[in-house]
Amino acid sequence: MAEADSPDVPPAPVPETLAPVRVYRHRLPTRIWHWLNAVTLLVMLMSGLMIFNAHPRLYWGQYGANPDRAWFAIGATSDTGYVRFGETRIETTGVLGRWTNAGGEEKTWAFPGWATIPTSYDLAAGRRWHLFFAWVLSVGLTLYMVWSLFGGHIRRDLHVRRAEWSPRHIWHDIKDHARLRFPRGEAAARYNILQKLSYIGVIFGLLPLMIFTGLTMSPGMDAAWPWLLDLFGGRQSARSIHFIAAWLLVLFFLVHIMMVILAGPINEVRSMISGWFTLPPEREGEA
Amino acid sequence: MSGVLLPRRRLIARAGGLVAAAGALPLLSGCDAISEAPAVRKILSMGEEMNRASQRALMDRDALAREFTRADLSPVFRSNGTKLPDGAAYAVHAAAGFADWRITVSGLVARPLSLSMADIRAMPQRTQITRHDCVEGWSAIGEWTGPQLRRILEAAGVKDRARYIVFRCADRIDDAFYYESCDMVDSLHPQTILAWAMNGAVLPIANGAPLRLRIERQLGYKHAKYLTGIEAVASLDQIGAGKGGFWEDRIDYEWYAGI
Repeated sequence: MAEADSPDVPPAPVPETLAPVRVYRHRLPTRIWHWLNAVTLLVMLMSGLMIFNAHPRLYWGQYGANPDRAWFAIGATSDTGYVRFGETRIETTGVLGRWTNAGGEEKTWAFPGWATIPTSYDLAAGRRWHLFFAWVLSVGLTLYMVWSLFGGHIRRDLHVRRAEWSPRHIWHDIKDHARLRFPRGEAAARYNILQKLSYIGVIFGLLPLMIFTGLTMSPGMDAAWPWLLDLFGGRQSARSIHFIAAWLLVLFFLVHIMMVILAGPINEVRSMISGWFTLPPEREGEA
Repeated sequence: MSGVLLPRRRLIARAGGLVAAAGALPLLSGCDAISEAPAVRKILSMGEEMNRASQRALMDRDALAREFTRADLSPVFRSNGTKLPDGAAYAVHAAAGFADWRITVSGLVARPLSLSMADIRAMPQRTQITRHDCVEGWSAIGEWTGPQLRRILEAAGVKDRARYIVFRCADRIDDAFYYESCDMVDSLHPQTILAWAMNGAVLPIANGAPLRLRIERQLGYKHAKYLTGIEAVASLDQIGAGKGGFWEDRIDYEWYAGI
């Protein structure tokens, strides 16, 4: 796998048959947007957890406050911390609900200081970070969507061909991923079906969902665009969906990082910086 | 059993927390330092102005907040902030059913007013069932009745120079009186009312008796309770610490709380 690539081999002295094939894989807007998002989503997540700490309870419907039934809550008893899903309570002392800060003090905010911006409770500062970077995220996503549409990124790279939709093809790709058998040679230059579906799902699904559920929590936006409330079933439902979608993005991030590591982290990260990707050589005995 | 397990569990948790904290300490305090740097604060605060400008551009001046039905009311309407103003003066008013409570209208107005609760109730009333959104994240739906602020401002003859309305309150937090303010767009908005009734009954003390502001397109801390005065001003610089509200002055909540 990755050991076959020697990233620093100068191209000239190598015999032609072994010369690594390099392809221009990521254009500049993709690279800029990728790294901008890496920072933005981290800030959004950590400042979002700070905002969640102000009221660590989630509801379905138009309203929801302490006297109402929360479907999810993080809380503390007199000596433990816990997470509650419906009726199921899981003890999380030390991590969620009750934890110890850098100064050795015990705290009962939901998410611990190492996971939030800033590290100690400050709702105003958390909102300042969150609501500024929300602009970076929204404007960046909009520009990237427009560029993807008109610049051919969707047509060339993300468009799912008819053959790829076949269950056989998808199942084959799932099996290959499960066996960590990644595409090599020419095939590695293109996104496979699972990659395409993941990127489409994030760009056109999760990120817009985050932005619109975020806007639904704004009383001003609810007056400007009342359909937001109908779309998500109320401000508190939107807040719950916002929280769930945030963790789906974290899940995407974890799988994404795992795949980068398994597929050859140096080559992958370098291609997201310079744009040039070295194709992994074909396996021996394969065409 | 829990008596045996808990100390050890807590010990492990604490030890784990300390190890994690020690490793992350330089990084995290670095993040907090960035967060508090004046230039960073200034850049991040641009978000508030962008939110205000874009929301004002997107919505009609009079775009209404969603109004609900009685079936949608929160079973219990949570109160927040001051639940009972301290001081003998308020207690005397409360004991008398706020019969002698007065609210003044002053500042940049042609005819300063001092209105009794009877005056307030004698004006044309608006009843609305709306959602109250706390900056912390929770929401509660309540029914509110009272005169539109717009009518009171018209009665007082607000001058053209007035750009903001300041709301003075009877409750003190840490020895300072609560106050809030908004611009003329929200002051003149049809749903901006001075509510004296909630859910068909006289406003409870915990929710701001005898009179509170409803400013439906903004977050809960803007909805000043225990109102004693309305003041029309050209600038907020000389009011409080100059940021337009009690929490704005103290812990940097945004003055524009539409998001």
